[in-house]
Amino acid sequence: MSLLEVSDLSVTFSTPDGLLEAVRGLSFSLEAGKTLGIVGESGSGKSVATQTIMGLTQNVRITGTALFEGVDLLTLSRSELRKVRGSQIAMIFQDPLSSLHPFYRVGWQIVEMIREHEDVSKDAARARAIDLLRSVGISQPDVRIDNYPYQFSGGMRQRAMIAMAMALNPKILIADEPTTALDVTVQAQVLEVMERMQQEFGTAIILITHDLGVVADIADDVLVMYAGRAVETADRRTTFYEQHHPYTKGLLESLPAIDTDERLKPITGSPPSLLRLPAGCSFRPRCPYVMDRCAEEPPLRPIDDAGLHRSACWLPTDVTGTGEAAERRRREASEAGSGTGVGSGIDALRRREA
Amino acid sequence: MSEPAAVQREPSGEVLLELTDVVKHFPIRSGSLLRRDAGSVKAVDGVSLTVRSGETLGLVGETGCGKSTLARCITRLYDLTAGKVVFEGQDITKLSARAMRPVRSKVQMIFQDPYGSLNPRRRVGSIIGDPFAIHRIASGDDRKRRVQELMEMVGLNPEHYNRFPAEFSGGQRQRIGVARALALRPKLIVCDEPVSALDVSIQAQVINLLADLQSELGLTYIFIAHDLSVVRHVSDRVAVMYLGKVVELSPSERLYHHPRHPYTNALLSAVPVPDPDLSDSRERLILAGDVPSPTNPPTGCRFHPRCPKARPNCVEDDPSLTARLDDEPSHQTACHYPVVDGEDLTAARPQLPSSQRAEDLVATRSTEGSETS
Repeated sequence: MSLLEVSDLSVTFSTPDGLLEAVRGLSFSLEAGKTLGIVGESGSGKSVATQTIMGLTQNVRITGTALFEGVDLLTLSRSELRKVRGSQIAMIFQDPLSSLHPFYRVGWQIVEMIREHEDVSKDAARARAIDLLRSVGISQPDVRIDNYPYQFSGGMRQRAMIAMAMALNPKILIADEPTTALDVTVQAQVLEVMERMQQEFGTAIILITHDLGVVADIADDVLVMYAGRAVETADRRTTFYEQHHPYTKGLLESLPAIDTDERLKPITGSPPSLLRLPAGCSFRPRCPYVMDRCAEEPPLRPIDDAGLHRSACWLPTDVTGTGEAAERRRREASEAGSGTGVGSGIDALRRREA
Repeated sequence: MSEPAAVQREPSGEVLLELTDVVKHFPIRSGSLLRRDAGSVKAVDGVSLTVRSGETLGLVGETGCGKSTLARCITRLYDLTAGKVVFEGQDITKLSARAMRPVRSKVQMIFQDPYGSLNPRRRVGSIIGDPFAIHRIASGDDRKRRVQELMEMVGLNPEHYNRFPAEFSGGQRQRIGVARALALRPKLIVCDEPVSALDVSIQAQVINLLADLQSELGLTYIFIAHDLSVVRHVSDRVAVMYLGKVVELSPSERLYHHPRHPYTNALLSAVPVPDPDLSDSRERLILAGDVPSPTNPPTGCRFHPRCPKARPNCVEDDPSLTARLDDEPSHQTACHYPVVDGEDLTAARPQLPSSQRAEDLVATRSTEGSETS
């Protein structure tokens, strides 16, 4: 059994403009000690999904289940959830300055957090906090522990957050864009610390990011989200080399290539408003391979025999990757599947570019 | 070593912009009643660069390296503390606001935040038409026609002339910013992190747009970004900045294949590559510590506390920006011990007493025991 098993999770906000379904039927599982990367652009629902699992979204309608070691997190009471949060599942956020309280010393915040969950003396908790700060690479931790957050640099704050998150040896660490606000050299330090902590404690990590480079670096499995749905899920190498969904492919192709000066290939158009989703596949208006069948929403279906690679697209399952042959077959499939009305994918592409 | 096959993308146009020893310090004052000088933030500390007509010069560096301040010095949004900015042969360093006006129409800027840089209460048509009004170039129907032409040029629907910024997506707003910058047919556009706030799929659209406009209109760009893969893609030459100084300047392909400065090497090695096999196979060079405060930058070479190759003379002598090893004159590095091709920096250890090295050392993957004091 997986450590965390999310099935058919939907999260709906009520807004003045109508119901907004931020997450639609999301299912995924997380294995102990592994890293799952969740990739998606703004508004894809990646943060809302994980925050809902942690009980951090309010005034929402939630359906589905999130089984953590067999217990459905979505049905727990606030006090039960409090016990899970921090000790079993910890979370770090993008902006470490707003996650640390500016009035209290860094050490005090870590000690407080340990003592909230465990019955230990102040001195013992303090000694543990010093050890933790040392393990995330903060020098002179016995001095730094009495500093206020503003005395730490951005990278140090994020590492202090990781220290705090790891304090109770959680089984899952949810990291929501942990390095987005940091410079690349500091990002490298933080990712290194996260990897080291994972090796040491065997923590499973859910890494939410928009940076495909970070995912290629440390994720074991990848979940790609678009407009509230999972559109593709696979292991890391499959995602980057044998991806099936046109959105995943589009994302990878829109990055500047390492060795060529070729013109970039952006995805045309922009993500849809969640209040006015297109009928059928939500990626349809931007997809160069759109077919008649796309008017019907494709389910997340197995692409390989083992069922580990899944994609929500009607294109034939044996067409993967970015090679020329695959490209030709996609075009052919798209044209063959566009008998009536909608027009072929290439026409649609031209229309969008015009 | 000659590489005849490699096309030297040496800019051939005339010199459009010349910066000589540009310095920008921001004074820090303490006390509210009796204001005393308490030092200064040395944001840009002696930068000399030449930009030729038609080229794209990339400026990269981390937070606080002074790249945005330099951009604002070039466009004279800031007055320089010292140094000289020469645009089209004219010294614009000390021009009055009125005398600057004709220059301003030739030097424009695109900003990072497409939300903050557009007034939310004004219609897009009037935002883009502002330059025409300010410079009294066109009014009435003529202005509207010109604005709609610009909107079309940047890929916006001209019929959306009367909409408000809030009705556009992030990528479209950035296009509005581009249209406004293009209004007066400038020669030089300073792009300050123009795609950093955009989603990946939208970034590529804006980059392609900027490339098209450059070839159509013969624009010259100074392109500032912290994303090295984007900078490499758009730039002919790249200047790497660290703590207010340029540490390496080179044609962009050369910089990425033969980085000389240890800091450039560290930056390149820290960028995550979206390719799992490549990512697994490469050796990561992880720097110690953070960028020091520009208020009190380190002596000598400013990178010495974090540099894996630092030697005692790095603490004393500030290396000049010049061609090192047997590089072409177009590839300049400010380092006493430039990195040789194929050198393994992860094995390098600084030969400095620990008091002169950056604190807060992250234990690297190496086997060496830590010797923290």
